[in-house]
This record gives sequence, C-alpha cells and structure tokens, in this order.
Amino acid sequence: MATKSKPKSSASEYADADINKSLSAEDKIEFLRKMLRIRRFEQESLKNYQVTNKSGGSNIGGFLHVYIGQESIAVGTISLCGENDHVITAYRDHGHALTVGMNMNECMAELFGKATGCSKGKGGSMHYFAPDKNYWGGHGIVAGQTPLGAGLAYGLKYKGLKGCCLCYLGDGAINQGAYHEALNLAELWDLPVIYIIENNGYSMGTSQERSSAHSEKGLAARAEAYGMEWDVINGEDIYEIRAKTQIAVKRAHEECRPTILEIKTYRWEGHSIADANKEKYRTKEEIQKFKDEHDPVQVWKKAMLEEGVITEDDFKQINKEAGEEAKAASKFADESPFPEVSSIQDDIYWEVDNNTEAGRTGRHFFHD
Amino acid sequence: MPRKITYRKALNEGLDEELANDDNVVIIGEEVAEYNGAYKVTEGLWDKWGDKRVVDAPISEAGFIGMGIGASMLGVRPVMELMFFSFAYVAFDQMMNNAATCRYMSGGLINVPIVVRGPANGGTNVGATHSHTPENIFANMPGLKVVSPSTAYDAKGLIKSAIRDNDPVYFMESTVLYGQEWEVPENDEIEGGELLIPLGSADIKKEGTDISLIAHGRAVITALEAAEILSAEHGINAEVVDLRSIRPLDEQTILESVKKTNRAVYIEENKPFCGVGAQIASMIQEKVFDYLDAPVLRISSMDSPAIYSPPLEKAQIPDAALIVKKALSIC
Ligand SMILES: Cc1ncc(C[n+]2csc(CCOP(=O)(O)OP(=O)(O)O)c2C)c(N)n1
Ligand SMILES: [Mg+2]
Repeated sequence: MATKSKPKSSASEYADADINKSLSAEDKIEFLRKMLRIRRFEQESLKNYQVTNKSGGSNIGGFLHVYIGQESIAVGTISLCGENDHVITAYRDHGHALTVGMNMNECMAELFGKATGCSKGKGGSMHYFAPDKNYWGGHGIVAGQTPLGAGLAYGLKYKGLKGCCLCYLGDGAINQGAYHEALNLAELWDLPVIYIIENNGYSMGTSQERSSAHSEKGLAARAEAYGMEWDVINGEDIYEIRAKTQIAVKRAHEECRPTILEIKTYRWEGHSIADANKEKYRTKEEIQKFKDEHDPVQVWKKAMLEEGVITEDDFKQINKEAGEEAKAASKFADESPFPEVSSIQDDIYWEVDNNTEAGRTGRHFFHD
Repeated sequence: MPRKITYRKALNEGLDEELANDDNVVIIGEEVAEYNGAYKVTEGLWDKWGDKRVVDAPISEAGFIGMGIGASMLGVRPVMELMFFSFAYVAFDQMMNNAATCRYMSGGLINVPIVVRGPANGGTNVGATHSHTPENIFANMPGLKVVSPSTAYDAKGLIKSAIRDNDPVYFMESTVLYGQEWEVPENDEIEGGELLIPLGSADIKKEGTDISLIAHGRAVITALEAAEILSAEHGINAEVVDLRSIRPLDEQTILESVKKTNRAVYIEENKPFCGVGAQIASMIQEKVFDYLDAPVLRISSMDSPAIYSPPLEKAQIPDAALIVKKALSIC
C-alpha cells in the first residue's frame, strides 16, 4: 500500500484546508476502511435479518435502520474528535458506533439480542452505547437525544474541560420541540454542542420538503433565530465535512459556542428493514442516481486513487477484509448465548446493581 | 425545646448542605436563583453559591431536564426544580425514556444521578392543570424512584439522600405543607452530624393497635388528624404508616403493621384508578390475607380532574371526616 499522500485531489476544493493537509496517507486510508466496515457490517446485518435461522425465525428482531449511503458523515465528523469530545445520535446509530471504535462483534451480537452484545441484548439496534469511547447512544425517540447533547456539553463546561458534543439528528427530527428547547439553551448558555442534521431527504416516507418550513438557506439556517452559527455541507465529500465541521469544533473548544450543521446525504435502503414502500415515495431512478453518482465510498475511493494513496487492489483488499470481519461478527453473534432470564432485572438501578445500602433498602421490583 | 422549622426551610437546608457536600451538585430550575424560588424553597442559595451552582432556567422543562440528564451522564448531579410537578408532563419523554431507560438500554454502562423535585399536590384552587399528583405514574416505571415526604423532618432527610442516590429520584412535595413547622434537630444534635433518611424506609407516624391508616405525602397529615378523632370519639387506636418513599417501597413495615392491626385503609390525594393505594392493597391481600379481618379500603381524591371552586376542591380531596367514616365501616 502506498504510504505517501499527494496533497491535491481534483474532487474537492476542501482538500487543501489545513485540517485536511495534515492528513497522512494512513489517515485517509483509515477513512476508507471505516466507511467500508460500516457498509459491510450493515449489509451483513441486512442478510441476518432476512435469513431464516434454525428456529425458523430471523436472527434479528424489531427495527434495523441502516446507514448505508451516509457513512462519510460519521467517519468525517468523528475523525475530528479528541479526548474530551463526545458523540450522541439517534436510532440510525451503527455507523457512529463503529466509527468511535466499538467492534463489530459486540454490535452484531446486540442485533442478535445476545448477552455478548454491547448492551447485553437490552438495547438492540437503536440503542448502542459506549461511554468509555465517549459515545452516549443510540436513542429511539426522534430528537429525544437533543437535550441530552446539550447536557453533555453542559457537563464538559461545568467541569472546565475543553471539549464538545457532536449531537446528530435527522431532517425529520428538526421539527420536534425538544430540539428547539435544546437550541435555545445551547445558545443562551454558550454550550459547546454541535447539532449535525443528517439530511437524507426523508423522514420515513415523508420527503424533507413535505415536513419542514424553512428559508431557502436550508435547515441549519433556523439557527439564525437563536443567534447561532450554522453551515451547510455536501455529505459526499469527507474533505468538505472535515473542513467545515472543524470550524464548528474550534468554535466549541475555543469560544464555548454551539453550531448547527446541515449535512446533505442520502439513505439507500428503506427507513428501516420493514419499509415496504421504500421505492414508492421516491423513484427507483432517484435511488440509482445517488448510488451511481453520490456514493460517499466511491467518491472517496476516486479521490484516493487520484491522489495515489491507494490502488484498485488496495481498495479490494480493504473491502474484502471488512466483509470478512462482518462475517466473523455474524458467527460470533450466532454462537453467543442469549442473556439469562435472571438478568432481565439487572441494570435498572445503579444502587441495586452495586448492592449498596440504598440498593438494599426497600423493595425496588414488584414482579414476583 | 427542640427547634421547629418549616417544611420549606427543611428542604432549603437539605439543598444547602448538599451543595456544600459535593461540588457536582447544581440546582437548575425556573426562578430558583435570582427570584429565590417560586415557592422560596431555594431562598438565599444563589446569593450563597452563585451562578454556577444555582441556575435560572428558561421555561423549558423538556430542555433543561433533558439537559440535566445528559450532564448527569458526565458526573454532574443536577437537582432540578419543577415549579409544579404538573409541568413534568411537558418533559415526560425526557423523564420517562431518557432518565429511566438509558441505564437499562446500555446494559448498565450509564447511570443518571438526577433529582427532579417540586410540589405535587391539589387543594390550592389552581385548577386541574396545576394540581396533578403523578407519583403513581412515575413509580410505575422501573429505573425511577419516587419520594413523597409528609413532614419537614422527612423532607430534609430524604432530599439529602435523594441527591446522593445514583439513580433518578423524583421528589414530590406539597405547597400546602411548605409553611408548616415540625421539629427538625440541628446537625450537632444528630449522631453522624447530619440528617439522612434512606429511601425505601417507611415511618410509623403514630403507633396503634386497631387499624392501619397507610398513606403518603400530605394524606399522612390528614390520617393523623383522623387517628385523633378515632381515638377521642370512638375509642379506636389507629396506627398511621407513612410510606415516605413509594419506590423503593418499605413493604415490611406496612405488612407488620397490618399483621398487628388486622385492618388497613390506604389514603392518598391522587386519583383512584391504578393509584399507589391499588398497589399497596393488592400487596396486603396477597401477603397477609389471613391476618385481615376486613377488606382493605382505599381513599383517594374524587375521580375527576381537580376542580377550581374552593369549597368544592376541599370536598374533592379526602379529609379526616371521610377517613374516620371509612375506618368505622370496617372496625
Ligand atoms: C417521537 C417519535 N415520533 C415518531 C417516531 C417514529 N419514527 C422513527 S424514525 C422516524 C423518521 C425520522 O426521520 P429523520 O429524523 O429524517 O431521520 P432518518 O430516519 O432519516 O435518519 C419516525 C417518524 C419516533 N421514533 N419517535
Ligand atoms: Mg431523514
């Protein structure tokens, strides 16, 4: 694999931004690897959902919101995170989870509802958590995480830490009251939180045009009502994502101020696995066009080939490894045990779990 | 003479002591700082502790309670005031989904050490929107703790324990009690130097032998009045059991009392359907059925939204006369 990076990419005017110029070839390859790992993990999870297992059911239950088509956003933005930067997102959370460093095994096992899952099978697809990696979920209620994001920023500021919180939400989530309450608090109290709207054009089957009133400047521009900074980003270009998000990160770190970013993207799959209408509220042609012309993986691959960072063979190799890792994760998940029924009432009260005096005083559970 | 202080002052002392005890404790709420609290519970705390520790929030319950939950994940210990607990309903998603379930859904990786406190009572002629008593609603949710003190002594001891607890505690007070006084010892009169009452421990407010009047919150005070009447006018020696904490629940103390008296009435100011009394009555019949000499009765507020009209609201909420009447029906 090539180890030296030519600085210039014809694909992006942002390749020359300082934050991108400092990237090594290894860094750039890592972005590719991370995106491919998300993609292959999710393709594998789709397969696991659809297959009939030994007991005649699916390996995965409930919802499965797939991130394919949006991978550059998690990978690009989280690449800017340092020690005191935190991440919180909605239910379309596999991409962010893998990007912060959660491993495929624990993530796949969680989908299978296994004891070895990242949440011991208690959260499922929508509720991945890894506080040790500054990753605070995985939240199933649309926009419910947005005040929490402000709170993580509040916590950082309260403790005098120079950091920020990246709080992701969908284009449909921006109409929830909780989000607006969080925006007001973020600006009012100068909280280092960055709201990242992943605008994939749809909230379930409702197009963005049919759900949000806004000025022609877009969704993030609602920030102006709160006196907050904002920007719009082309989500297929990691260089642009990094260059513009870095400005927001710097603002958070140095001025302790919030930002809203709208990152334009597209989801290839249905809203969730059970989205039978996924080709009804949008045309097949539209989906195909995004796959052919705006695939963030292909856009980055092309830039890397042009820069001489990788060869076609390198790409194949990385893709193959990601696929193998995903397959191994399925095997791991499949072979893992389900949680014990006796564990259902664990992890509810900290005091009970830790067998403290408070946890031992009075009855906490009412199921005999 | 032991000193007497109001329920309000007791809470204020508890908050003040916990602000001193732990730098991570921060009070957040509407009008809690510069205005000194809508009900003056936080009076003087902003003057003493300043902007960082006592924070005026905009009218944005979902926003600032959600924010407090997020901050608590990083180790801040927010104590958030709801001007009325009725306003919890605009923050319901944050209080039910985020505070109660993040620990579970993370497989125990997270805990949410918050307190949400404020008055949860009717009886003050402020109409249905401001008179909700949602202790049963929140106590229904595993992961949450619900506390409802009836005296100044309990209010102080319980608020301190609630703040030190590492799980979310919803602390329901009463505006009717704020101005009433009870004996609360000075710290130097207490073994250990401070007043801490564990959550999950009930209290026998009056010992008796003939019937158990079991209650929480202000209904305990009404039950004590009824016990006086039962004793003075009917020769019945009632025991009054105060839950203090609804979840966790001190089952033992309740059951011991019923085993002794063989009769039980649950009294609360909440609505009857699926109320706390329903839970307790079910538990009593299941666990000490053989000791019962009569059916377990329940007394609650009349089953309608809180009415404004002052004399009628009085009639809507259980009073001592009603408790006496019900008690006599099974004695
Ligand atoms: C409060 C709430 N209402 C509705 C839903 C059901 N729901 C889940 S996702 C979704 C669409 C959200 O779309 P968007 O915010 O654009 O995010 P995307 O799915 O595109 O990532 C809806 C309606 C929910 N989970 N929570
Ligand atoms: Mg969307």
